[in-house]
Amino acid sequence: MSETRWDVAPGDRPSIPASEQGASAGVLVYTIGLLLAVILTITSFWVANTSAIWAPGVPAGLAVLAIAQMGVHLVFFLHITTGPDSTNNVLALAFGVLIVFLVLAGSLVIMANLNENLMPPGEMMNLKMQR
Amino acid sequence: MNIAVEVDAVHQGELTNISEAGPASKRIVAGFGFWIFLLSDIVMFSALFATYAVLVKATAGGPTAAQLFDQHNAAMETAFLLLSSYTCGLMSLAVNSRYRLGIFFGAVVTFLLGAAFLNLELREFQGMIAVGAAPQRSAFLSAFFTLVGCHGLHVAVGLAWLVLMMVQLSLRGFQDKVVRRLHCFSLFWHALDIIWVLIFTIVYLMGVLP
Repeated sequence: MSETRWDVAPGDRPSIPASEQGASAGVLVYTIGLLLAVILTITSFWVANTSAIWAPGVPAGLAVLAIAQMGVHLVFFLHITTGPDSTNNVLALAFGVLIVFLVLAGSLVIMANLNENLMPPGEMMNLKMQR
Repeated sequence: MNIAVEVDAVHQGELTNISEAGPASKRIVAGFGFWIFLLSDIVMFSALFATYAVLVKATAGGPTAAQLFDQHNAAMETAFLLLSSYTCGLMSLAVNSRYRLGIFFGAVVTFLLGAAFLNLELREFQGMIAVGAAPQRSAFLSAFFTLVGCHGLHVAVGLAWLVLMMVQLSLRGFQDKVVRRLHCFSLFWHALDIIWVLIFTIVYLMGVLP
């Protein structure tokens, strides 16, 4: 047995060796992904421009739509799944997401806190940082 | 349901014990390594995003996001990049089935859509610089040009890589090495689209909210 199936490369659909992956089923997967991504993109642009949604809720809605679309890209284009043969890819992704979260949330919290506590009112207002 | 369980059982039975399986095939190792590179690239972008988010209000009296950004342009760029990601996926299917004509056709369409994206982005940059919104104008603009420009640079590198892969494919045929590189290229291209989703959401949509 030359090909063991404990792992798949990211981008390969799981459990099927790359040489046996049928083209028509693959086209269907990519097309579903494209349709979902288009729907989510159009919804994002609509949410940003409509007045039908309570204004302070719009950023949260956009964030949810963006995360959903990243999920669609990961599943339908990069074929990252939760199957046992994709464990290594998912673990690497989870670590990446952790670091991204720490960098983003850490920077924003620290800078907002500094602005609140260190900015002398009046003196440095021309920087227009944060508020 | 029963059939699914049975198929699963057969599939599990085929597996060699992991301690006896030996190292994974080179395709998997190369793909996984490239996946880790992509994640490190995304971590780098997260630093640029954090910089942008911190500095977005620091306009130093210059033009603000709401005055500069054109949503129609961003929507067009999004459409080009999403479609090129789709054709790149179809191209990788053609690579799997060793269908040469399909690969070249997919590559040409992917290249053209990527080039159209890059063209729109460069025009947008030119327009902004022409009205005095150059990177040196304010911290906000420095962060903007760094973030979006870095993504554009990735797209440009991806286009060059695609041309190189087509040359290699026509000179060397379907060697394992070439197929692996094509696989890595499609991963790279899809990852760029994921980053663009964040850019259009955070920069072009959230940035212009009142």
